[in-house]
Order: sequence, then C-alpha cells, then structure tokens
Amino acid sequence: MDHLPTLVSDARSAIQAAQSVAALEELRVRYLGKRGQVTALLKGLGKLSAEERPAAGEHINQAKQALADDIEAKRHQLEKAALEARLAAEEIDVTLPGRGQSQGGLHPVTRTLERIEGLFTRIGFDVAVGPEIEDDYHNFEALNIPAHHPARGMADTFYFDATRLLRTHTSPVQVRTMKESAPPIRIVCPGRVYRSDSDLTHTPMFHQVEGLLVDEDISFADLKGTIEDFLHGFFEREDLSVRFRPSYFPFTEPSAEVDIQCVICSGEGCRVCSHSGWLEVMGCGMVHPEVFRHSDIDAERFSGFAFGMGAERLAMLRYGVNDLRLFFDNDLRFLRQFA
Amino acid sequence: MKFSEQWLREWVSPQLDTQAMADQVTMAGLEVDAIEPVAKAFSGVVVAEVLSKEQHPDADKLNVCTVNDGTAEPVQVVCGAPNVAVGQKVPFARVDGVLPGDFRIRKAKLRGVESRGMICAESELGLAEEASPGIFVLPASAPPGEDFRAYMGLEDTIIEVDLTPNRGDCLSLKGIAREVGALNRQAVAAPTVDAVKATLDATLPVSVEAAEQCPRYMGRVIQGVDVSAVTPLWMVERLRRSGVRSIDPVVDITNYVMLELGQPLHAFDRDNLDGGVVVRHAREGERLTLLDGQDIQLRPETLLIADQQKPLAIAGVMGGEHSGVSPSTRTIFLEAAFFTPLAIAGQARSYGLHTDASHRFERGVDPQLTVDAIERATALLLDICGGQCGKLVDVKDEAYLPHSRHISLRAQRLEKVLGKALAAHDVSDILSRLGFGVSSTANGWEVDVPSWRFDAAIEEDLIEEIARIHGYNNLPVRRPAARLALRPGNEAGVTQSQLRRQMVARGYQEAITYSFVAPELQATLLPDAVAPTLANPISNDLSVMRASLFPGLVRTLEYNLNRQQTRVRLFETGLIFNGQLDNLSQTPMLGALACGARYPEGWSGNRESVDFYDVKGDLESLFALGGCPEDWRMEPAPHPSLHPGQCARILYQGQEAGWLGTLHPEVRARLGLKADAVVFEVSLVALSSGKVPAFAPLSRYPEVRRDLAFTVAQPVSVQSLLDTAAANAGDYLTDMRLFDVYSGQGVAEGQKSIALGLTWQHPSRTLNDDEINQLVDSIVEQMQRGFSAELRG
Repeated sequence: MDHLPTLVSDARSAIQAAQSVAALEELRVRYLGKRGQVTALLKGLGKLSAEERPAAGEHINQAKQALADDIEAKRHQLEKAALEARLAAEEIDVTLPGRGQSQGGLHPVTRTLERIEGLFTRIGFDVAVGPEIEDDYHNFEALNIPAHHPARGMADTFYFDATRLLRTHTSPVQVRTMKESAPPIRIVCPGRVYRSDSDLTHTPMFHQVEGLLVDEDISFADLKGTIEDFLHGFFEREDLSVRFRPSYFPFTEPSAEVDIQCVICSGEGCRVCSHSGWLEVMGCGMVHPEVFRHSDIDAERFSGFAFGMGAERLAMLRYGVNDLRLFFDNDLRFLRQFA
Repeated sequence: MKFSEQWLREWVSPQLDTQAMADQVTMAGLEVDAIEPVAKAFSGVVVAEVLSKEQHPDADKLNVCTVNDGTAEPVQVVCGAPNVAVGQKVPFARVDGVLPGDFRIRKAKLRGVESRGMICAESELGLAEEASPGIFVLPASAPPGEDFRAYMGLEDTIIEVDLTPNRGDCLSLKGIAREVGALNRQAVAAPTVDAVKATLDATLPVSVEAAEQCPRYMGRVIQGVDVSAVTPLWMVERLRRSGVRSIDPVVDITNYVMLELGQPLHAFDRDNLDGGVVVRHAREGERLTLLDGQDIQLRPETLLIADQQKPLAIAGVMGGEHSGVSPSTRTIFLEAAFFTPLAIAGQARSYGLHTDASHRFERGVDPQLTVDAIERATALLLDICGGQCGKLVDVKDEAYLPHSRHISLRAQRLEKVLGKALAAHDVSDILSRLGFGVSSTANGWEVDVPSWRFDAAIEEDLIEEIARIHGYNNLPVRRPAARLALRPGNEAGVTQSQLRRQMVARGYQEAITYSFVAPELQATLLPDAVAPTLANPISNDLSVMRASLFPGLVRTLEYNLNRQQTRVRLFETGLIFNGQLDNLSQTPMLGALACGARYPEGWSGNRESVDFYDVKGDLESLFALGGCPEDWRMEPAPHPSLHPGQCARILYQGQEAGWLGTLHPEVRARLGLKADAVVFEVSLVALSSGKVPAFAPLSRYPEVRRDLAFTVAQPVSVQSLLDTAAANAGDYLTDMRLFDVYSGQGVAEGQKSIALGLTWQHPSRTLNDDEINQLVDSIVEQMQRGFSAELRG
C-alpha cells in the first residue's frame, strides 16, 4: 500500500511518454489489466483488516480512476495527432483538373432550331417534320405554284426526275399536316432544305423553320404580333424594331418580308446590313385560299398565317458568325465555340 | 428594273428626296436594291468646240488642238484620240478640273508642246465601263462653255428595283410611276401617244397559226429608214441609266419604248423576209441563228415568228441574226405582239437565254399595250431615222385574249383579313389610282382588274393591294387567341433532343453534313448501296444522296485530322436514303464516330486509344434512355466498311436497327485515313421508343449471390453464355454481372475465362441453399453441354 503514490506517479509518467495507441494499451494492461499492478493492489485488500479496508479501497480506486482518465485523455490526444498526420499526408492539389470525358456540344444550327422550336412550342405550337425527297405536288402544286410559274425560278430546285425533287422549303410539311388534320392547326416545321445555289452567301443545303397557324378569325394583325414577339424573344431584345414589307409568295396573300433593325450596328448602317440599317430575316403572309382548297379547308370559315425563316441566317446574326459555309465545314474549332 | 430618277420625276414627282422615295417604294413591295449616282464625281468639265487640229511636231499619235471652252481665248490642248476633228463638240476638262478617281488636270508639256486641259472620253468621265476608243463627241447643238454635268443632266440617280415575279406590270417607267402616284395620292403625267398617220400603202401579210399563244400581233412597215442616224443623246443617256447599251437608233428606240411603256418590240429587216409573217410553232429539225450569234436547234413547243420559208425569231425571246436590222437596212417591219405568259414561260431558260423581252412576257405584258407601243415607236423612228410608215396590221383573236376580270370585295372580308376596317373612300382611292375600276356596293366594292394586272384574280389579291399602299406598318398588331387545350403527354418516348444531349454528355460534338455526297466516297464505304442520284447536282462531289451517315462523318473526320485535330468525337442526326425513287426509304438515323485518344490529353495518364467497347458503351447509354436496354442486342455480322472481326449488327426487338464497328483497315487505306475510327449508326425511331416505368415491390428477404467462373473456347460469345445462364437461373434471378474476362497464364491456350456474379432474391421468403445449388448445377450443366464450358475451381 505504501508504494501506491510511487506507482501512480510512475504510471502517469509512462502514460505521458507513450508514443502510440499500442504503447498506451500496453500501459493500460500493465496497470489496470486483470493482472495489472493496480488490480493486484485491489486484490490485496482482503489481507487488510476490516477497519483499514474501506480507506485503502477508496485510495486505490481513486488511483485507478485517475489512471484510466489519463489513459483515455492520452488516447484521444494520440488519435487526434494520428488523424492529423494522415490528413496531412493525404493532401492533394485541388487545382488539378478533374478526370474524365470532355463535354461535346450541339451544332449551332441545332441550337438555333431548338430555340426557335422552343419559343413556339411554349405557346402551343407542335413540331412537324416530313420527307426531304418530295414530289412536285407537295413542293409546288399544292402551294399554288403550278408548272411554268415564274416563282419556280425563285428557288433553283434539285431534281431527281421530272417530278421528284429535294424540297426547296419545308412547306410540304404544312401541306401534309393540313391534309391530315383539321383546324385549329398550329405547327412549326424545322428541317433541311435544298437549293442549287452555291457561293459566298448560299449553300446548296440549309435549314428552315416554317410555321403555320390556321383557325377561325386569324388576321394579318395576329401574324404581325406573333412575328414581332418571336423576333423579340429570339434576339432577347424587346426594343428591336421590326418592319413588314410587302412581298410575293405564291402560297400567301397578302405576303410580307420581315426586316429587323440590324443587330450588328443597331440600325446605324454597316457591312452586314449593306448600310441600310435593316436585315431581312423571314418571309410570311396569310395562307392563300388556293392552298386551303388543295387541303380541303374552308377558306371562308378559316384563315391562317404562315411564315418561314432560315436557321443559318438567324444563327449568324445571333452568334456573329461571318461566313455561312462554316456551318457545314464542321471544323471542330468552330463547333466547340457553341458547346 | 433600273431607271433614272429624273425620268421618273417627269411622270410623277412627289415632294420626297431620293432616299425617302426609295424607302417608300421599298415599303410598298418594290424593293429598291441600289441607289447610285448616274456619274461619278468630277468637276471643271465643260462643253467645248474643237477649233483647230495640227499634227504634233514630235509625236505621230498626238495632235495639237485649240478649243473654245466658252472663255475669250482659245485654249491649246494636246490630244491623243484618233477621232478628234475640227468642229466637234466635246467634253473638255479645264486646268484644275478633277476627273473621277481624284485625277486633277494640270498644265503640262507633252513632248515640248504646252497642253492646258484634256478632251475627255466617256470612260474617263466614268460614263462607260470599258475604255472608250476615242473622245466623246457631243451633238453639234451643245453650247461651248456650258458645264458638262449640267448639259448631260448628270445630277441624277439610278434607282434599281428588285421586282417580285408577280409584278411584271412594274417593268416600265409607266408601271413604276403608277405605284409612286398611288403611294403619294398624286396624279401621273404619262407622255401622250398619238396615232401616226400612215403615208404608205405598204403592208405585210401576217398569219397567226397559234392564236392561243399569240392572241394579238401588230406590225407595221416603215420604209426609207436611215439606220446610220445618231440616237439622240437624251435617249442614249436614259438607256444607259437603265443599264441598256446603245446599239443603233432602231434597236435603241424599241428598247426605249419597252422601258417606257413595258412592251417589248422587235424590228425586222423587211428585205430579208420571204413573203409575210407567220406566227407558229417550230417544226421538227428547224434551226435558227440568234442575234447573239448562237445557232440553236428549235424544239416543237417553241413559238416562232417565221416567214414563208424559215424561222425569223423565237417569239418573245430573241430575234434571229439574219432577219435583224443591220447598217444596210432600209425598210423595217416593226412588231408589237402579245404572247401569253404560258407560251413564253420556260422557253428562254430552256435555250439558256434570258432577255428583257422574255423576262417581261413570262410575267405578263399588258395585252392592250401593243397599240400605244407601236405608235410611240413609229413616231420616234420617223423622228430620228426618217422614213415613211405604212398602215398598222392588227391580227387578234378575242377568244384567246385575257378576259377582263371582275372581283367582288367585301368590306367585312377586308376587315377580317387585315384586322382593321379601312375608310371606304381610301379603299376606292387606292384601287383607282392603281388602275382598278371601282364601284361601291352595299357591302363593299365591285372591282374591274386592269389588263396589266396578271396577278389579281381573287379578293385576297385586292386586299393585299390595299394593305400594301396603306402600309403594312400602319396595320394593327395583335396576338392570336387560342383555346388552352391540354393534350396527353408521351412519357415513354425519348426525344431527339434528349438523345443529342446524351451524345454531347458523352463527349461528342454534333456535325451537320450535306445530305448528298460524292458517289466515289459512298461506293467505297457502301459498295452495295442504292440511293437516288441528282439530275442537276451542284458538282459531282455532291451528287448522290447519302445511304448512310458514314460518308459524311468520315469526310468530317478527314477534314479535322487535316487540321491537326487528333481526338475526334462526332455525331449527326438526319435522314438516310435507300432504294430507287419508287421504293425509297428516308430513314432518320443517329450516327457517330470516335477517333484518337480515349480521354482528352491530361495529367492523369491513360493515353490509350478509343476502342470498340468505348463507343459501344456510348451507344448503350442511348439505349438506356428508353428504359428497355433488353430490347437491344448486337450480333457479329459483316459490313463492307467495317472490320470483319470488330463489327456488330444492332438489333432492336429482333429487327436490324443499325451497325457498330471499327472502320475496315482497307477502307481506311483507300480513303487515306491514317487513324483508326469506330463508328455506329442506329435508327432514331428505335432510339426514340421507350417505356413508362412500372413499379415492382421491394423484397424484405436477403439476396443470395454466387460467383461462377467458366473456361470456354475463345470463339464462344459472351452473349450466348449470359443467355444460357439467365435461361437456367430460375424465376428469382435479380441481377447478373459479368465481372471478369481473362485469357493468358492459368488458362489453356485457345480458352478464356468468364466470371459471372449472379444474384437471387425471392419477393416473399428467404431462399435456401438447396434451391440455389440446384440452379447453379443446372447452369453449370447447360454451360458444359452447350459450350463445353468448364467450371473453374
């Protein structure tokens, strides 16, 4: 009993000096284990008299508790240090780039088509598509462009034989839709179209989005409103000036070309707008009664408007692309700019 | 249509400057394409008279002249032009005058002789494109000293209008003036045309055998014409300002009247005609040498002007060389005819021609214009070339002349189409000024269409006219109202947009390539493809429709490899075309190509090239979007452009839906492609189908997993092993994983080891070892029986 204070102080020194959790565990076994030195003291209590026993017991238990606390504190300290060491060892350079695949990207024309479709589908238009090898009837006749009509010269057509051709516009899709369904009709028709023209500002293939709205009581005023809203939405500019200029398409009457204030120079005049301050962006008009007749729609009861635009043209204006042919070169350095 | 602004202002002259008038016309549908000054800027040029001319003492080709430039003293000038002569009136640039190109005239000595100014040629004044052969000789009446610009009326602009094909009526000053008059509500002053009194009996029999195509033919003989007469400068200038070159007075006059009134005219040399004029269709084998020197074979549907012996001209298109006016012509036969648009449409183009006449007749020339035009031309001819005229020959067939058209216009319809009611008096005023006959009725107007408006047939045409003149931008703006009707949403389908975005997420860049490709490229990749060929391609490189997306993708790969892009991931969506025209399929596909390193170059090692399984994984990620990957299978099959050992036919629900594989090395060699590439294309229709998810209850009982490794011969496909395992695994197999494929040390030569992890779970009880062991035994037995597969220990 007499050496208890020495025992405790030795143990405490040893605990403080322990370098690892394992060494600490050894100390715990040495002092507090089943055969440990403090445990041995407790076992030796029986040899004492009944008077001495309680006091001695209390002393030993106090020492035992103190050592257990010390060991626990030391263990905590050692574990914390070990964790810190591990964390320090595991430090990485978080500025290294992440691993894995690179992101691809949509073609700017697709991006443009999707935006146009989105603007119209959000107000209740459907998207309709159709074949690209068409016949004379759907591409011309049904659109009030009979054979020898001077308007056939407006679009140089790629032919396969006397009656089969590559569609020159997506209007055949409108014709098919009008034949297959009844008003109200609200569709946009995006897709590839073809004209045998190839120079700085023409490619033999390009993309159009045409739209059609047929219902009772649709007027030119509705057409103007829809087109203005569309152009404001597409260019995200509420103050963009839009003007309607009379024009001619065999399938609409009245017909109009739509000009916007030049988005490059804001109407000041620049090379892109040929110093006119205006850019022609689309054609439109009220559906010609003859077109309705081909589709068995009652032109007295229903009226409608149609419009058409070139996606490349709009993409060029929106993204500032200065050469139409870039769209079909598919140079990755070009395409990646639209990812 | 190009014309001088001054000329237009003689007809109608609104209080607007040039730009404002051009804008106004543009906004009425006659798009002004260009406004140009009729002459470039120059100054210090006056009319002068050549007083004397002497040979330069030291230069053979130079003359020393004196001119009267309106100042007191004659001015000495050295002139190199071969045509300079005493008495001529010429444009003379004084010292300190500035010619186009900022060329300042200075006092100079030419081979020792002083020259104080310059006698100018047309090209030196910017009045002709090509270099002129000599100085510009002005009419004798030109007053010396007058400013040359003022004398020529050069403070003028050329306005060029791009007309839509429906507005043939505006291919003349008369037509343009009518529009400007209507827009400004201003009267138009047309030149008066009086009938010329015939002073000869001479005439020529005209027989029209094709009255349907030529309902009216007028002609007149004019004798004693002096073709060497000089076309007056004012006419030459007006022609020039309309882009028409002066040829000789007869041709100039016919062109002038065409520009003025819109009626194409033709003058024949009377002495080269055998008998009378016959209007008929060409006969088999007939040929004609045209005015431009071209000798052409005529086709029977071509309408001709002929004489008793031979063709003279293609009606409404171009005259013949033989019958045309030449310097020796003394008697002409002047023609003014109405050919129907259908008779002329396409004719010029079919011979590779396009003329001012065909351009007008195709669009429609006023059938009532022939009289005015021929009288106007006769008067000008007699005035300029002298001669005497015979009586008018007028052959017409009323039955085939365009009928006068009559349209009822309802006020209520007008309002419905435009979204606005217009004042009744505005409506009648607009229509009347455009030449329509208008009378009001209880609910609108009765309207007579003028003979020159071929484009007005229905009520909507009139509505457009009114809207056009009223101004589209003065019409209201409104938003269409529609019923908000919800429709069922298609949840199962996969949209193209989702598929594209999946490809983008997997690192692919979208390409858009032409739908027509080079036949050689297509044949190299798809020797058996049958696809439509264009009859009139832009070039051979773009002449056959693509039967697959591979040609476009491979071409794009090549393009990018040539531009130092070594890692290429591309995809495209679009139609492919297979079969002949009569049994053609136009199938939407998604195709992709991968070439180069698996990952973009980076710090993380792994420089491996992309391979079949990388791309297959990308493809399978598309299958997964629909939620039914089990509907898709791949089987080994040969494809002409793909490596025979790395090529799979893609099946969707058992049907062929596309191909996946590595480009065949031989094909690559033929295309000159150095890098390996893996490609696929697959039906967009199949990719777009999917399913609506259906819930299955979650089991609360433990799952059991067993791993089985087999050795089998190399050629055995993993798919067949997986199928056999699945078929014998009972009803409660919930997952099967292929977790190892190995060959090499520890596995016999020609064999491979395949490791499968199978997981079972019962929905309502715990599975016991016995039943699982039975299933495993059955799988092992079937593997052994079917593929001689041995279970590895």
